[in-house]
Amino acid sequence: MVASANTRLRLEAVKLTAFFGQQRAVRDVSLLFPAHTVTAIIGPSGCGKSTLLRCLNRMHELIPGAAVAGEVLLDDVNIYGGAVNPVELRRRIGMVFQRPTPFPTMSIYDNVAAGLKVNGRRSRSELDDTVSRALHHAALWDEVKDRLHTSALDLSGGQQQRLCIARAVAPEPEILLLDEPTASLDPAGTQRIEELCHALKRLYTIVIVTHNMQQAARVSDYTAFMYLGNLIEVGKTNELFTKPKMEQTEAYITGRFG
Amino acid sequence: MTRHITSRLMTGLVIAFSFLAVLALFLILGNLILKGASSIDWNFFTKSPVPSGQTGGGVANAIVGTALIIGLAALIGVPIGVGAGMYLAEYGSGRLGWIIRFVADVLNGTPSIVVGIVGWTFIVRPTKHFSALAGAVALALLMIPMLARTTEEMVRLVPNSLREAALALGYPRWRTSLKIVARTALGGIVTGCLVGIARIAGETAPLLFTALGNLNLTTNVNQPMQTLSLQIYIYATGPYEDWHRLAWASALVLMGLVLIISLIARWVTRARYGSVR
Repeated sequence: MVASANTRLRLEAVKLTAFFGQQRAVRDVSLLFPAHTVTAIIGPSGCGKSTLLRCLNRMHELIPGAAVAGEVLLDDVNIYGGAVNPVELRRRIGMVFQRPTPFPTMSIYDNVAAGLKVNGRRSRSELDDTVSRALHHAALWDEVKDRLHTSALDLSGGQQQRLCIARAVAPEPEILLLDEPTASLDPAGTQRIEELCHALKRLYTIVIVTHNMQQAARVSDYTAFMYLGNLIEVGKTNELFTKPKMEQTEAYITGRFG
Repeated sequence: MTRHITSRLMTGLVIAFSFLAVLALFLILGNLILKGASSIDWNFFTKSPVPSGQTGGGVANAIVGTALIIGLAALIGVPIGVGAGMYLAEYGSGRLGWIIRFVADVLNGTPSIVVGIVGWTFIVRPTKHFSALAGAVALALLMIPMLARTTEEMVRLVPNSLREAALALGYPRWRTSLKIVARTALGGIVTGCLVGIARIAGETAPLLFTALGNLNLTTNVNQPMQTLSLQIYIYATGPYEDWHRLAWASALVLMGLVLIISLIARWVTRARYGSVR
C-alpha cells in the first residue's frame, strides 16, 4: 500500500528544453519530482526556473513563439505525447502564481468552485462539500466561512493567495505547482503558505519555485539549483544547503552571486 | 522666472479651452430648452403630426420609430460588434485579425451618408420599398466597427494573469474568454455599447435613404418609419412656424435621450469599478 502511494503521482522531466523563439530558457534538464514530497527549484532571476515549472503543466506553450523539446513523464506517460489533451492535463496539475489571481467577478465560493464546474461536477451538495474541504486545506475556512458569497476581492493579499491555493486543490489534482507563491506576501502570509506546503504534501506532489533560499530550506525535501537554463545540482535539501557538490551552487547559496 | 510664467500661461490656456468645450454643450442644451421646452406637453408624446398648416399634434410616430429602429439596430449590431471585438482581443494577433482591425478602422471613418446609400442599394432597392429594417441595418453597420474596437480595448485591459489562472485550472480557451475574460470586462463592454447606441441615436443621413420617414405612427418594421432625427430634418427645413416649434422640441427630446443613455453608461462604469476598487 505504501509502495503504491510512492510510485503514483510521479513527475519527471527528461532532457527537457524550453524555447522562446530561438532562445533556450531551459536547457536539457532531467529532473525527478518524487511523489508526496516538496521539491524546490531555486536560482537567480532569469535562470529558467519558472519556465521549467510552466513546462510541467503545458502552460509554457501558450506563449506565442514558445516551444518545448524532450519529455515530461507523469506516471510514466509523456504529457507532450499526441494522446494527451493539455486542457485535461491541467485539471490534474494545479498551479498557483506569483501574484494572487482571484476571478474578480466571482464570489469566494464561486472562485473555489470554478475548477470543479469546468470539470462538469455540478451537484450542489457535492460542490458545497468540496469547496469547504478545499478552503480547510488552504487554511482559509475559518476566516471566510461566514462570507462565502461575498467578492473575493475583499480579501487581503495573503487570503487571496490562499484562496488561489484552495481553487487549485479543489478539483483534487495530483500535482501542485507553486510559482513563487509568497513573492507578494508579508512574512505572516508567507509563513501560512509555507505551513500549507508541509500539510499538503501528504496529498499532493508539490513543486515550488522560489528565489528565497531560506524558504526552499524550510519547506522542501529536495532542492534543484538552476543557473542560465541549466540544472546545476539537485539533491536532498539539507545536503544541498550544507554540502553542495558544485562550486556554482555553493557560490549561490552563500550569497556570492544571484 | 520665465519658465514659471510660461507654465501659468499654458495652464490658463488649457483651462480656457476646456471651458469652451464644455460651454458648447451648455449653449446647445440651453438653447434647446429655451426654444423647445414650451412645446413639450402631453400631446407632443401621444399624438402623431397633423396636416401642415394646422396647429397641434405631436411626434409620437417619431418617438416610437426612434425606439424601434435603435432597438433593432442594437439587436443586430451589438452581437456582431462585441463578438468581433472579442475575437480581435483574444485571437486576433494573426493576419486575419490585422485585416479585420483595418476594415473596422476604415468603416469607422466612413461618412454615415455613404452607409445610408449602402443600405439603400442592398435592402431598399431589392425589396423595392423603404423600411425601418433597412434603416436599422444601416445604423448597425455604423455601430459594428465602433463596438468592435471599444470591446477589443476593454477586453485587452483584462490582465493576462487571469487568463493564465483559468487555463491552468483546466479551462478550455473559449471558456476562458467567455466566462472569465468577457465577464471581467463586462462593465466596459456595456458602456461601449451604450455609447455606441447614443452615437447612432441622432443619425439622420443613413436613414434618409432607408427608413425614409413616416407621418403616421407605425410599428411595422417592413414599412417606412419616422425617427426624431428625420422629424427634425423635415420640420426644421419646412416653412411653418408650428413645424419649427416642434423641431426644437424634438431636438430637446432627442438630446435628452442621448444624455440619459450617456448617464447610464457612466453609471454602469462607476458601478463596475466601484465594486472592484
